[in-house]
Amino acid sequence: MNAPWMEFVPLLWEGLKVTAEVAFLAAIAALALSGASGLCRVSKYRTVQWAAKTYTELFRGIPLLVLLIWVYFALPFAGLELPKLAAAVLAIGLNYGAFGSEIVRSSIEAVPAGQREAGIALNFTPAQRMLYLILPQALPRMLPPFGNLLIELVKATSLIYFITLSDLTYQAMILRNNFLPWTPHIFGLLLILYFLLSVVITVVVKWLERRLTEGRV
Amino acid sequence: MNALSQTSTIVKYSQVKKSYGDLEVIKGIDLSIAPGEKVALIGPSGSGKTTLGRMLMTLEEPTGGTIQVDGQLLWHEEKNGRFVRAGEKHLHRMRERIGMVFQHFNLFPHMNVLDNVASAPRKVLKLHKREAKERAEAMLAKVGLADKIDVYPSQLSGGQKQRVAIARALVMNPKVMVFDEVTSALDPELVGEVLEVIKDIARQGDMAMMLITHEMDFARDVADRVVFGADGRIVEEGPPKEIFENPKSDRLQSFLGRFR
Ligand SMILES: Nc1ncnc2c1ncn2[C@@H]1O[C@H](COP(=O)(O)OP(=O)(O)OP(=O)(O)O)[C@@H](O)[C@H]1O
Ligand SMILES: [Mg+2]
Repeated sequence: MNAPWMEFVPLLWEGLKVTAEVAFLAAIAALALSGASGLCRVSKYRTVQWAAKTYTELFRGIPLLVLLIWVYFALPFAGLELPKLAAAVLAIGLNYGAFGSEIVRSSIEAVPAGQREAGIALNFTPAQRMLYLILPQALPRMLPPFGNLLIELVKATSLIYFITLSDLTYQAMILRNNFLPWTPHIFGLLLILYFLLSVVITVVVKWLERRLTEGRV
Repeated sequence: MNALSQTSTIVKYSQVKKSYGDLEVIKGIDLSIAPGEKVALIGPSGSGKTTLGRMLMTLEEPTGGTIQVDGQLLWHEEKNGRFVRAGEKHLHRMRERIGMVFQHFNLFPHMNVLDNVASAPRKVLKLHKREAKERAEAMLAKVGLADKIDVYPSQLSGGQKQRVAIARALVMNPKVMVFDEVTSALDPELVGEVLEVIKDIARQGDMAMMLITHEMDFARDVADRVVFGADGRIVEEGPPKEIFENPKSDRLQSFLGRFR
């Protein structure tokens, strides 16, 4: 007997859409937080540095699952009740933004000091130095680690199943209940779908990398 | 400060000191440079030549004394009748008059040669794109690189890189420029082309130059005055002829002995 593949497709498709939506929004949140707190880490103001460092250390140290159930189940007691989607995006964004912050900071710091000094000698303002001299050299360095981070992030979205968002993993679990004998097939399909998502990210990041370093040899 | 603005100095170090932690590397320097004057700074390694230049370029803050540029204090500004540590705005205004060429070029690797030279006129002087390009091209022609404008720095030889860096600093039209051992990182056969370019600029220019160098023949050729420093102090200074042919101090004599 053949597996009823066509029965799996609609549910998994629904799940894939939720996973993609959460991953996409969380990635934007994480990138925004990475950029903002990474820039704060290299600020000349101590308090700003300190605030960003505190954020990074704190949210790197908390397991995502714990953060997720905190945001969704505990915050309502403090009067903040978030929809599931918002809770998932917030938790994943905060967590991965903390890791991304380190990528941004270390990539900026990896640009040789002579570049900053040449910028000062040419009388660029601090903001112009960052915008025209430092960031264009730091960005290509950031891309590969950010590609890895995004793949991690997509895989981590499988945890939102715990706050009962009907993502890919959730749908696969439902399917398994209904088609128990086909468990390996269903979960096999699940593996392939997550893998394909990460392939898409890899391809996009590689393309961006090539675009950003065009011309320079 | 009125009296100062009338004197004919473009740069004036007064009792300048610099320490890194407990290590005092500049121990009270007095040095004036006249507008258009070419001053060669020579001395043993570690004597503080680079530090002196970097303090003028505002890359390193003195821990004592004052530096004046064009009659104005560089590292201090007047606020409510008192002189306080200069803020970014004041430094920005002062840097209009100062330029620097570095030992290791520090070209921008993400820009082609033209943009390396045109970006500061465009962003800092806020020139129109076309005018910035024209100025950059003229300056690149002056250093003999008119045919390299589309190339990226990684495709240039060391000598060519340094000539781009010189054009990049010159295009901002500073009143004084620091050249910090600009040929030390070059293969010997490329030193000549860079020194020729600098001699050329020196001949034409009303720009003052602080030439930190280990090339004694070059210093003798280009400089109006040679300053010999050791251990964070100026030991002897004078016209090139005096310094090289009739050195007075033992330190200078033994230093020059190494180049014979
Ligand atoms: N950022 C720094 N921190 C600590 N010490 C420093 C720093 N920069 C320079 N020094 C020290 O200050 C002294 C003077 O250095 P400087 O680079 O000005 O010498 P120099 O005359 O340019 O030497 P060279 O001919 O080798 O270039 C040296 O002893 C050096 O080790
Ligand atoms: Mg030096």
